[in-house]
Amino acid sequence: MLIIAGRSFRSRLFGGTGKFSSPAVMKEALDASGCEMVTVALRRVDLADPADDIMSVLDRERYLFLPNTSGARDAGEAVRLAHLARASGGGEWLKLEVTPDPRTLLPDPIETLKATEILVKEGFHVLPYMNADPILALRLQDVGAAAVMPLGSPIGTNQGVLTKAMIEIIIDQAQVPVVVDAGLGAPSHAALAMEMGADAVLVNTAIAVAGDPVRMARAFAMAVEAGRAAYESGLGMVSKDAAASSPEDGLGFLR
Amino acid sequence: MFVTPDFAELKKAIAAADAFDVQQALAAERIGIKGLAALLSPAAKPYMGVMAEKSAQITGRRFGRAVQLYAPLYLSSFCSNRCVYCGFSADNQIERRVLTLAEAEHEATILHDRGFNHLLLVSGEAPAKMGVAYLEELALRLRDRFAAISIEVQPLRGEEYARLFAAGITAVAVYQETYDRDVYRQVHLSGKKSDYDHRLATPALVAAAGMREVGIGALLGLSDWRAEGLAIGLHLAWLRKHFWRTALTVSFPRMRPAMGEFTPPLPVSEREMTQLIFALRIFDPDVGLLLSTREEARYRDGMLGLGPTRYSAGSCTVPGGYGNRDVTGEQFSVGDHRNIDEVSEVIRQKGFDPVRKDWDPIFQMHGRRPQSAALVI
Repeated sequence: MLIIAGRSFRSRLFGGTGKFSSPAVMKEALDASGCEMVTVALRRVDLADPADDIMSVLDRERYLFLPNTSGARDAGEAVRLAHLARASGGGEWLKLEVTPDPRTLLPDPIETLKATEILVKEGFHVLPYMNADPILALRLQDVGAAAVMPLGSPIGTNQGVLTKAMIEIIIDQAQVPVVVDAGLGAPSHAALAMEMGADAVLVNTAIAVAGDPVRMARAFAMAVEAGRAAYESGLGMVSKDAAASSPEDGLGFLR
Repeated sequence: MFVTPDFAELKKAIAAADAFDVQQALAAERIGIKGLAALLSPAAKPYMGVMAEKSAQITGRRFGRAVQLYAPLYLSSFCSNRCVYCGFSADNQIERRVLTLAEAEHEATILHDRGFNHLLLVSGEAPAKMGVAYLEELALRLRDRFAAISIEVQPLRGEEYARLFAAGITAVAVYQETYDRDVYRQVHLSGKKSDYDHRLATPALVAAAGMREVGIGALLGLSDWRAEGLAIGLHLAWLRKHFWRTALTVSFPRMRPAMGEFTPPLPVSEREMTQLIFALRIFDPDVGLLLSTREEARYRDGMLGLGPTRYSAGSCTVPGGYGNRDVTGEQFSVGDHRNIDEVSEVIRQKGFDPVRKDWDPIFQMHGRRPQSAALVI
């Protein structure tokens, strides 16, 4: 079972709340996805308001809300948003996003590391969104990140796991859970990340803007399960030549 | 500094585009200025359906199935410019007023009570009547209650923008009105606004001062809309290169009847404006596109999801008009008279989420703790 910051999760699919056509569709899709962790943008919701359109439809018993700092341009802003989350009942969990470029929304490694260090000291469970940089993943782990969230490809692009080679290294080296976040556009992308040994994936755009978000959520849930099962079962080595049944040419000398 | 190419050159580049260029632009993953010229050209006319589809797809992928709502709050109708197209032009005999801070706050409260969280403060350009100190004080009074406050006022100096940013203003719109130098001179008779280059340089000042967002645009109807579109594209691309931290938006004010009896020399049809919107969306997938209540409900409803990402609603273009329906002296008359709830309902019916809050005052609390964070132990 997946454990992050002492809490266990049955589902290895994390959901998002952005870009849906309505809070009702969002709720149905998240319910269908089976996910237990849902990220919400602090800029978008009012955590303290029970009537908030997003917060009011989601069951707080069923989902762990992971407030995110979407929109923060530097560590200072991210820290302020984190304080707001905690003050309005958001708890200690935080998806740290520091994205100074409003165009690509790529994470700033320097500010992300700074903010992680500060927030961990303040008692937050920090899950930083990061570029797929193995050394950065280790640095974030060293300052106490509860998990690392490397991107598969630029957010919202549906391009899949373009950072495969780097994510493989991150998975290989990390002691904290690795959650592949951003860019997963199809269930097959999610399955690939899971087969590679990612501990979980976070999918939002691909579900929210699908023709049928509810079915797509289910499709991702199945893909994540399939990918994880394949990883745990031990995938065969990839080889261009045929394996066991090859003739033993050149081995005729063996007795 | 950004320099607009000669308008005649822009027109020439657009006229040179043929059907092949259009097809190439529509097939490409990303297009550049040449592709934009093709999509703005008459050769793209038969491809409006494909452009709509592509524009909708890009918009959906980047912005999701959401439309952000905002309201303009007119603060002052005093203006020291003489601009032939504007209801607030110094020449026009209209009843003029500038709201006191208390009145402005009252108007904002009305909008807040109606459900608005994103506010655009608008005024004529008369610094003596309404300057930076006024805007600063108003922003400080409002920033706790609104998710985001932007301004559309006279061009200011860089340090003044920095001051307003610190007070809680997040975005600034400065429309060039027309990128056509000759027409610009003809329609801006006198006042500070008659300086084309000063106005053109202002968006960069805004971005350099640290504002999160800059809005640009052209007043449609003054000159050739295709060339305006290409100039806007060039301006966007230049701003992106030089200010990578700044979000950009484009607005599409199409001339409506106003006091002063000005007839737009080159009126832009709905279909033409739509082509402009699609072309700019395909050119720049990340730019925010605003569609105001200048346009009629039918058009705004039809455009939902196809490119624009922000809608105003329930707008009144006269200072004090939200609290008092009888005041006169509007800047222009609106085409969509529905209130925020009615607009939201249509957005929902069309399968989109009317988003009233997509920012937070906390972003602007530079150097001080928010009230709610007092709970932090």
